[in-house]
Amino acid sequence: MAGADGDDSLYPIAVLIDELRNEDVQLRLNSIKKLSTIALALGVERTRTELLPFLTDTIYDEDEVLLALAEQLGNFTMLVGGPEYVHCLLPPLESLATVEETVVRDKAVESLRKISQEHSPVDLEVHFEPLVKRLASGDWFTSRTSACGLFSVCYPRVSSTVKAEIRQHFRTLCSDDTPMVRRAAASKLGEFAKVLELDYVKSDIISLFTALASDEQDSVRLLAVEACVSIATLLPQEDLETLVMPTLRQAAEDKSWRVRYMVADKFSELQKAVGPEITKNDLVPAFQNLLKDCEAEVRAAAANKVKGKRLNIMLPFIRLIQYTNQHVKSALASVIMGLSTILGKDNTIEHLLPLFLAQLKDECPEVRLNIISNLDCVNEVIGIRQLSQSLLPAIVELAEDAKWRVRLAIIEYMPLLAGQLGVEFFDEKLNTLCMAWLIDHVYAIREAATCNLMKLVEKFGAEWAQNTIVPKVLGMANDPNYLHRMTTLFCINALSEACGQEITTKQMLPVVLKMSNDQVANVRFNVAKSLQKIGPVLDNNALQTEVKPVLEKLASDQDMDVKYFAQEAISVLPLA
Amino acid sequence: MMGDRPNPPRAMSSAATTSPSVDKVDGFSRKSVRKAKQKRSQSSSQFRSQDKPIELTPLPLLKDVPAQEQPELFLKKLQQCCTVFDFMDTLSDLKMKEYKRSTLNELVDYVTVSRGYLTEQAYPEVVKMVSHNIFRTLPPSDSNEFDPEEDEPTLEASWPHLQLVYEFFIRFLESQEFQPSIAKKYIDQKFVLQLLELFDSEDPRERDYLKTVLHRIYGKFLGLRAFIRKQINNIFLRFVYETEHFNGVAELLEILGSIINGFALPLKAEHKQFLVKVLIPLHTVRSLSLFHAQLAYCIVQFLEKDPTLTEPVIRGLLKFWPKTCSQKEVMYLGELEEILDVIEPTQFVKIQEPLFKQISRCVSSPHFQVAERALYYWNNEYIMSLIEENSSVILPIMFSSLYRISKEHWNPAIVALVYNVLKAFMEMNSTLFDELTASYKSDRQREKKKEKEREELWKKLEDLELKRGLRSDGIIPT
Repeated sequence: MAGADGDDSLYPIAVLIDELRNEDVQLRLNSIKKLSTIALALGVERTRTELLPFLTDTIYDEDEVLLALAEQLGNFTMLVGGPEYVHCLLPPLESLATVEETVVRDKAVESLRKISQEHSPVDLEVHFEPLVKRLASGDWFTSRTSACGLFSVCYPRVSSTVKAEIRQHFRTLCSDDTPMVRRAAASKLGEFAKVLELDYVKSDIISLFTALASDEQDSVRLLAVEACVSIATLLPQEDLETLVMPTLRQAAEDKSWRVRYMVADKFSELQKAVGPEITKNDLVPAFQNLLKDCEAEVRAAAANKVKGKRLNIMLPFIRLIQYTNQHVKSALASVIMGLSTILGKDNTIEHLLPLFLAQLKDECPEVRLNIISNLDCVNEVIGIRQLSQSLLPAIVELAEDAKWRVRLAIIEYMPLLAGQLGVEFFDEKLNTLCMAWLIDHVYAIREAATCNLMKLVEKFGAEWAQNTIVPKVLGMANDPNYLHRMTTLFCINALSEACGQEITTKQMLPVVLKMSNDQVANVRFNVAKSLQKIGPVLDNNALQTEVKPVLEKLASDQDMDVKYFAQEAISVLPLA
Repeated sequence: MMGDRPNPPRAMSSAATTSPSVDKVDGFSRKSVRKAKQKRSQSSSQFRSQDKPIELTPLPLLKDVPAQEQPELFLKKLQQCCTVFDFMDTLSDLKMKEYKRSTLNELVDYVTVSRGYLTEQAYPEVVKMVSHNIFRTLPPSDSNEFDPEEDEPTLEASWPHLQLVYEFFIRFLESQEFQPSIAKKYIDQKFVLQLLELFDSEDPRERDYLKTVLHRIYGKFLGLRAFIRKQINNIFLRFVYETEHFNGVAELLEILGSIINGFALPLKAEHKQFLVKVLIPLHTVRSLSLFHAQLAYCIVQFLEKDPTLTEPVIRGLLKFWPKTCSQKEVMYLGELEEILDVIEPTQFVKIQEPLFKQISRCVSSPHFQVAERALYYWNNEYIMSLIEENSSVILPIMFSSLYRISKEHWNPAIVALVYNVLKAFMEMNSTLFDELTASYKSDRQREKKKEKEREELWKKLEDLELKRGLRSDGIIPT
């Protein structure tokens, strides 16, 4: 540490604080992110006596800034003079732990947890633990919520009297009248149980667990299920039956689907935590009920856990697909394709192929998409041709789905499909779709379609491009709609490299140059951008004789954006 | 959602000078591919429905029995109506479903017209029947990315019964014979809590009924009022900070609007806290557009009650001002105008500086709808009068933005509006206007110089960090 406070007097704190107060949020944020630099310039002493009090006092700011501050302070121990002085960081972090915005608060708690480790046992009791108590008895729910995350880090390192106090505080928060606080306590219950002595787990934690698991709000109850995993791991086998299982059984039959969902979702962990005996007697029947649950969400969560179970249990469940609704189907669709590699060719054709075919016709687009997106697994086992007849209608329909995200997803699989189905099939059936996407009304789709063309050309080669794609793309340059005309330019940007110098110079360039006279400024400045983009592909002669004059003309355009991009292109391209 | 919209066409300034063309309008129509989605319905998430068919023994009509037997029969009918049917199975129990429907209808009429039916024993039975029917865990939302603005809501399948139960309950609460002092034993905190959870229903028809029910309960049960407000608080806080999902925010705000209206003066600390810590943060939620009108109404109600709250409210809005979402920015500007419409001049003075710094940023937004919305303030006579009174403070804040965009903005309509604003300022305070015009250049240079100094400062600081980092490892946290 010696020498750390050398020439800091050069930097008056006022100047630095001005930076932290700048009116522009972005600048303020940048300054906060470099807080360590400021602290370094001030030296440890002035950081403690001047910078930290300033930060503590001016905590009212944009959440973005506070978040950065909360994160910085977690790494500040050395900058305030090492572990000996680490408690100086507590006041600003304490205020941050009380703000409303969850991400800020969580970050402050994370930093507090981190620096708690750097406190000596004495400091922990003198400085840190009182802070936890203050937060735990705060007026507004935010501070109490934050306190929940701090008990477990100080508990193991304090005296037994303080330990008793901490347990009492935790107990109080578990029955707080704000559900937000009870949720926070429930979510930390497992973690807190882990640091408690076994006797207290049995006496304190179990009663809290039971109470939270029968809370009036399902959002609290479901968190208790999560805690159940940790608690069950801590208890000896013989106590599980009496202390944990009644609550768990009740959770598996809770009237709220969210709680049952949680049981289904945590099934593997629970199974591990309670051991094979209880699993066989209790959990498996419960699991079977969850697979038949009246709520699709629950069944889907359970179905997701099917993978990895033995095959003979699995197949009957897979047949569930016919009876259940889209969530289950789409969850299963995403796992069953992977099963083909496990089942082998014959089993796949016998058991799975009919399902794939049925699912490709499913009314729900996500189901179809999940099948198509996992096609490569099946392709390895039985070859995609088996599916191609059913595949096509499914693809066509997805390509025209009303939701643009679905269309986007199918576009992304086009190169994969093209590769597996071959160029002939593609030209015959899919090419029209790919071209239709270019004039979709959603920009993201047009963009993806452009990118898709590039990948197809990489796959099928320049000659194929010249015959099938390029003429159509260039044809759109005369479209009355300026967005279509721009799409031509975007395609050219994407394709020029894959198509090579010949096609770019002879076919694409003339079209681009002609568009420099377009009446819409957006088109003209995209011409400038395109020229910059395809310049490297062109030969020098074309650059000097054809591109240069056009860019010079655009550089004196009346629209300032056109001018800007033309000038940029001129400065980037090697024009004489 | 945003991506679902075509890009608006950009600068047409040069296109406008040539012939008018098709490009003047956006080439893509919205209707295109979107297919009308089928309305689906959904049943409540009842855990494990019974397998056996339901049998109810038909009872005589109330009007067909002597008056003294009616209360007894009324109770029996209430008990029968506790039976809940599975409406997802459209074929099961058809006869009994119809029977329950007609019984409910009869009950609705009965509570509306009859007198003397409400015995003390009837209260628990009514509440029990209503609870059995309406309280249920709401089913999961059908699509993960349910967009309430675009997608059709999922409708409650059991509505044919549910509607009548709500109807019956409202008539019961509104009945002249209804006595809150007896009912409060049954309509308690737990009942209200469950009722509030139902506001998350996706079915707008149900939320509409719930709104009326809660309003009546709030009106009649004084002892529940504080509890109801607190629970609404909790719902909103959870919505803002935890889930961002709750379907009934607009309805709850609508009720609150009328509640706030009735607050006594001076406002209690609890109410002020609600305004600052709950209503203001509600502005940060992504789906603001769904309840913004109701929210803005509540805010203005508060300010009309107590004008001294203007400063914290406006500061709150400025703190949460949208950084990237232009649609939201337009909503904020709209709300701010509503606030300015009722602002007291003394309050205006307190807040004008930060406020107009933000307005000046909005005016120079490249998104023309934001700029336009902000510039419309100058068409508002009351706001204009406030600006005029304080032009010596506001003009210097606004000037550089206005001056710059009058030369640079891509949208000719904005430029025209800005000229009008500049003209208005010139008329208001020509001396100051001339001074600012004269010093515009030197001010910019001063700003640039300051900018450069900042850069140098940081460069020096970074050099120092580097030097020290080399000198003693471990000082700089990584």
